Amino acid sequence: MGFKTLAISALGVALSFTLGTFATAAEKNMMVKFVVKDEAIAKSLTGKPGNAVKGRKLAINRKLGNCLACHVMPIPEQTFHGLIGPDLNGVAGRRSAGEVRLLIVNPKLVNPDTIMPAFYRKDGFERVMKKFQGKTMLSAEQVEDLVAYTMTLK
Amino acid sequence: MRKSIQGIGALAALAVAFSAFAGTAFAGKDKMNFGKYQVGELRTGYTFSTPETRAIQDDDFENPAFLWVDVGEALWNKKEGKAGKSCASCHKNASASMRGVGARYPVFNKKLGKLQNLEQRINQERVEKMQAKPLKYESKELLGLTMFVRNQSKDMPINVSIDGPAAPFFEKGKKFYFQRRGQLDMACANCHVDNPGGMIRANLLSQGQSNGFPLYRLKWQKPGSLHRRFRGCNKQVRAKPYSYGADEYVNLELYVAWRGQGLPVETPAVRM
Repeated sequence: MGFKTLAISALGVALSFTLGTFATAAEKNMMVKFVVKDEAIAKSLTGKPGNAVKGRKLAINRKLGNCLACHVMPIPEQTFHGLIGPDLNGVAGRRSAGEVRLLIVNPKLVNPDTIMPAFYRKDGFERVMKKFQGKTMLSAEQVEDLVAYTMTLK
Repeated sequence: MRKSIQGIGALAALAVAFSAFAGTAFAGKDKMNFGKYQVGELRTGYTFSTPETRAIQDDDFENPAFLWVDVGEALWNKKEGKAGKSCASCHKNASASMRGVGARYPVFNKKLGKLQNLEQRINQERVEKMQAKPLKYESKELLGLTMFVRNQSKDMPINVSIDGPAAPFFEKGKKFYFQRRGQLDMACANCHVDNPGGMIRANLLSQGQSNGFPLYRLKWQKPGSLHRRFRGCNKQVRAKPYSYGADEYVNLELYVAWRGQGLPVETPAVRM
């Protein structure tokens, strides 16, 4: 599917981001601008590289990234890995950081039929529970941490 | 499934022992014979359960849900309300009068002009015929009575009507099933049509069949209605659930029942 450049504007509403005990950095849930081109978001959402160690923790955390719900990953201390999505071992050899970033931000821009949630999208959903309304699942910083971790999976 | 080993007599006894074992275990899922729990491509949640969970369901004396069924049976015979009647006053012996009823609900109710599920039918009867108070959704009493009535249709094939006046409600239920919802943006179909047999961490996705409801869920440590399960699924995808007995869920109930048309009524089933 040919992709036109898509600019998503930031919305100026600041919402406090609270998810259980994992309210990282008192994050304000303002979305940053990003550009989708060639099925990728080339630039870091924060302008900085993410932290792969934090990203690995997010991949395990059931209330945040929860990547293990559906993907096999090289995280041996976790007994059960989901088998719904592709095995992420070696994914860094198959995808660029920009492609991985888009797949985390909103995989439906690549495959509209995927079961995978969009981790950096805050509206356009049906009947969202009140406490999650107007919020993204992850902050921009957390998306970058996951991108950084994913790109270590060579 | 039965494997035969020919030629070597000494192995014959071993082969018999192996096939006897294989007949009682469902491991190695795809080629297995699931017996009455599979009809064509349709498989009940029983076939996705662990052997331990299936064993609890297999024995009515082990199945804790029967404590609730007993509550339901007692209520069936108990006179309540201003009319001085019990269910049995009119319907007599449930094993005859209720046989087949649980297999065809939910149904279109002319008076209401919409679908009605079994719980709602029981309450309508209580209010109108017995002049008694309706039972609360998810109470021990309503779960028990619903399970008792549905258990009278055990092993009968699910046989819901989706034609005529039920058709528009069926379509609404179908639309709900394929509508993505919640912050996770997932529809029922994303798991139960696209990925049955798939693992979400340690959880095995089933076809989402409703033929065993109300059922005893080990996670709940008690039985629950199909609407409780719908609410749980909705919340898991971070969507606002509907209330118990909501029209949206009754319509969905018809669509889900139809997906399992022909599967045997299993109530009260036991699941993880």
